[in-house]
Amino acid sequence: MKEKAVVQGFTDNLDARNRKGVIWHVLFQVSTVIGIVALIALMLNIINGAFGYIAYEARVDPDTLAVDGTPLTEQSQEQLVTLLQSTLSRGAYNKLENEKPFARRPREEVYQLVLERIIRPEIVGVWNLWPSITDADEIRTTVAQEHPNAELEFVSWLTSDFVSRPQTSEPLTAGVRTAILGSLWTILFTILLAFPIGVGAAIYLEEYASDTWLNRLIQTNINNLAGVPSIVYGILGLAIFVRTLEPLTSGEVFGLVDPTTASGRTVLSAGLTLGLLVLPIIIINAREAIRAVPRSLRNASFGVGATKWQTVWSHVLPNAMPGILTGTILAISRAIGETAPLVVVGASTAISFDPSSPFSKFTTLPIQIYQWTSRPQDEFRSLAAATILVLLILLLSLNASAVLLRNRFSRKF
Amino acid sequence: MAGLSLEKTFEKKASTSNLRRKTRWGETFIQALLFFSGFFSIFTTVGIVYVLGKEALLFFQMPEVDLLATFTTTEWKPQIGKFGIWPLLNATLMTTLIAMLIAIPLGVAVAIYLSEYANPRVRNTLKPILEVLAGIPTIVYGYFALTFMTPLLREIFGRDVVQIYNTASAGLVMGILILPLITSMTEDALSAVPRSLREAAFGMGATKLEVALQIVVPAALSGIAAAIIVGISRAIGETMIVAVAAGAGPNFTFSPFTGAETITGHIVRISGGDLSYDSVDYNSIFALGLFLFFVTLTLNITSQAIVRRFREVYE
Amino acid sequence: MATNNIPNHKYVIETSDLEIFYGSFKAVTGVNMKIERNKITAIIGPSGCGKSTLLRAFNRMNELYAGTSIQGLVTFEGEDIYAPHVDPVEVRYRIGMVFQKPNPFPKSIYENIAWTARIHGYKGNMNELVESSLRQAALWEEVKDKLHQSGLSLSGGQQQRLCIARAISIKPEVILMDEPASALDPIATLRIEELMQELKKNYTIIIVTHNMQQAARASDYTAMMMLSGEGERSGTVIEFGETNRIFTNPKHKRTEDYVTGRFG
Repeated sequence: MKEKAVVQGFTDNLDARNRKGVIWHVLFQVSTVIGIVALIALMLNIINGAFGYIAYEARVDPDTLAVDGTPLTEQSQEQLVTLLQSTLSRGAYNKLENEKPFARRPREEVYQLVLERIIRPEIVGVWNLWPSITDADEIRTTVAQEHPNAELEFVSWLTSDFVSRPQTSEPLTAGVRTAILGSLWTILFTILLAFPIGVGAAIYLEEYASDTWLNRLIQTNINNLAGVPSIVYGILGLAIFVRTLEPLTSGEVFGLVDPTTASGRTVLSAGLTLGLLVLPIIIINAREAIRAVPRSLRNASFGVGATKWQTVWSHVLPNAMPGILTGTILAISRAIGETAPLVVVGASTAISFDPSSPFSKFTTLPIQIYQWTSRPQDEFRSLAAATILVLLILLLSLNASAVLLRNRFSRKF
Repeated sequence: MAGLSLEKTFEKKASTSNLRRKTRWGETFIQALLFFSGFFSIFTTVGIVYVLGKEALLFFQMPEVDLLATFTTTEWKPQIGKFGIWPLLNATLMTTLIAMLIAIPLGVAVAIYLSEYANPRVRNTLKPILEVLAGIPTIVYGYFALTFMTPLLREIFGRDVVQIYNTASAGLVMGILILPLITSMTEDALSAVPRSLREAAFGMGATKLEVALQIVVPAALSGIAAAIIVGISRAIGETMIVAVAAGAGPNFTFSPFTGAETITGHIVRISGGDLSYDSVDYNSIFALGLFLFFVTLTLNITSQAIVRRFREVYE
Repeated sequence: MATNNIPNHKYVIETSDLEIFYGSFKAVTGVNMKIERNKITAIIGPSGCGKSTLLRAFNRMNELYAGTSIQGLVTFEGEDIYAPHVDPVEVRYRIGMVFQKPNPFPKSIYENIAWTARIHGYKGNMNELVESSLRQAALWEEVKDKLHQSGLSLSGGQQQRLCIARAISIKPEVILMDEPASALDPIATLRIEELMQELKKNYTIIIVTHNMQQAARASDYTAMMMLSGEGERSGTVIEFGETNRIFTNPKHKRTEDYVTGRFG
């Protein structure tokens, strides 16, 4: 533009200001990019760990176990059971028999045991995805040199077997079924506790509560509880559910004690602890959903002479339900990912049996990840990566359904 | 015929009804139930304070433990009866500081970008990404810290400088974890600044940067301060990232490249092992937990008070 | 590079076939106006016909909202202000604005003016500048003892005069006023109108108002804006000329209907 007539005192600084503006704009964009890069790095890192070459040796050559020319892979369930009986010590065999009689075990399960206890493949090398792709030849030569008897295979640690097998101490045969079921059982109790109380509290605060000091205290209290670190909830759960209420949570009261636990460190305790943790989340979200119900709807109901509860039950709640459900799904997502409180409450480190009652020992997906990440060997890191993928897929589906729910119901109105 | 009976119905209604208030037992019962639900949360808080307090008291009453020594000595070695809290507290402060050094500048910068610069399309792609970052479980971040950040730091600074377990790695990843939290709270505060204020500044010939940094940010300052305090509270209470990546074993050091155990990491390690009730270790969990609870509670209350008290008047 | 600093156009702002769009919606169509220097030009018309939109096109404020665009020409001192090389910040430095609802910064009275001057590189005596701006806005006597109180502590009329002081502190050549008195009481309104007569000695003023009597009292030129008609929802200037003539001898029947109160 043509120059402005010079006004006394003002300097020409437009260029400098624009330059500064550009610099800061770039800084802001770079910050955003860093955030995105961090997310991508996180994802790639996990994928990198969940796939790659492994080299493994069998401690006992399966070929030596062939019976009358029938290789191990084709032997029947009875043949495999006989093999186990003859190879394992009496004590070990009887222990397995007591946990679950061999007659009732399907062939696949018995085969797994043979793999696990007799053949015992040992991992001699693990490589992540990136080195597996870029250094494939180098890996092959190294393995050929150092472990000539080893098999080299490119695997995905995340397979359908991985999801359906129970946890074991052998990395090659380990699966996360125990952990998945543990997570699901735990969440069940979490919701049983937190949903009714949470929605009830939200209804009370939004529809019934007047502005007294007690009600304001309750509100502040809920907001504060939402910010308490999750480990504190774990400590609380340890003291109350695991210890003080042990007769209840271990099932003594009901005569259903898990023979291997006999303590309060059960699925029930875990679920209740997480229930306390997510309660504020459910309350806050439910309140928002209830608050969003238009006044006109309530007025219509009161106008025809309905009582407060009739109005709430027949009009407000149905209208607010999509929002309440979305909030509940958010709470579930949070609970599924929690590790610290459950470690404190006493998740089990080595169980291989699916939870069968509220009073069983438990482990969950995050706990499994934690345990495997904490082991120094590379193969456990890979297992952890695969478990993380399972967890993330689970969370993704949960959140996707929440979004679907929100969209489907918001279109109605 | 029908008309007659209708008349009769209303007649009946008129003669039997009166306007006096009916006692509805069902309603009262339900209201009581709902009140109980509302009150339930109080039990949680009371539970936390009572239970933690009781056991913490037991801890301090134990012969090996001296209250003054807890806060003044720098060795935490329960086997030999030393309970100085400083190694744990120091590690917590270090990881929190490192995390905040990442999360605050980046978090606020991203919020300013989203609120003042980005066009709607960019915003709609970025906000979900931030939500995803915020929803990833912390154990996954812990894995990331151990398997990516630590090797990276060791590459950059040298393997002999950076140990396998170190607070820098945990702190940096914690910063990434907290970044979305700060961004979202800051963005809310920035959006609350009314449009007319921005228009006034633009109308005076201010550049976008001048409007953002000299008008909007100062106007949203209390909200930003609240966001930062909440972020700090989160960092102090964070457990799994430090449990996996920062180190196992109290260590009073100022070097971020060595391993050290935070308060939360310590609690997790102790309770993960064999724990007998009423041992010193068991009771120490409660003392530490109580400490954590009060610190984070104070921070959260302060944050809410700041927003309430200094809520800016714009018009 | 200071070139010829003497303005060599009689008309400070000119528009030529100006059309303004919100996305694909044409809000203003076919505007041809010449704004004379050091005069007050009023834009009047019923609500919803695009007066504010037109005003905001003169200092490129419409651009703050995504999807707005123009066609046609808007020149300032003979130069196209929408040309690609033109910086909107510079445009707003020279064409100032006072808004409908007073919007002082949440800073002190002093800082409202000082900050504005400072960002444009003012290195002179700030106290003098603040005082002279407040005097020109007829606010100095009322606030001289409380310069460091918040601008928001003033009454509505005072806040608006503060906004005027702020706008003129950087010596724009044109001041755009978007219904500056509509949020004020009648006495404050009168003061603003008196102020405008003083200000026009040094500045060119364009004011949008829905108050016809105000336009008749205070302005030298008037532009009559209306919806262009026949189902179209774009506004256009249907008549433009000296205020006296517009109000006593309008050329268009619609103008006549409006100013005599039969319509709008």
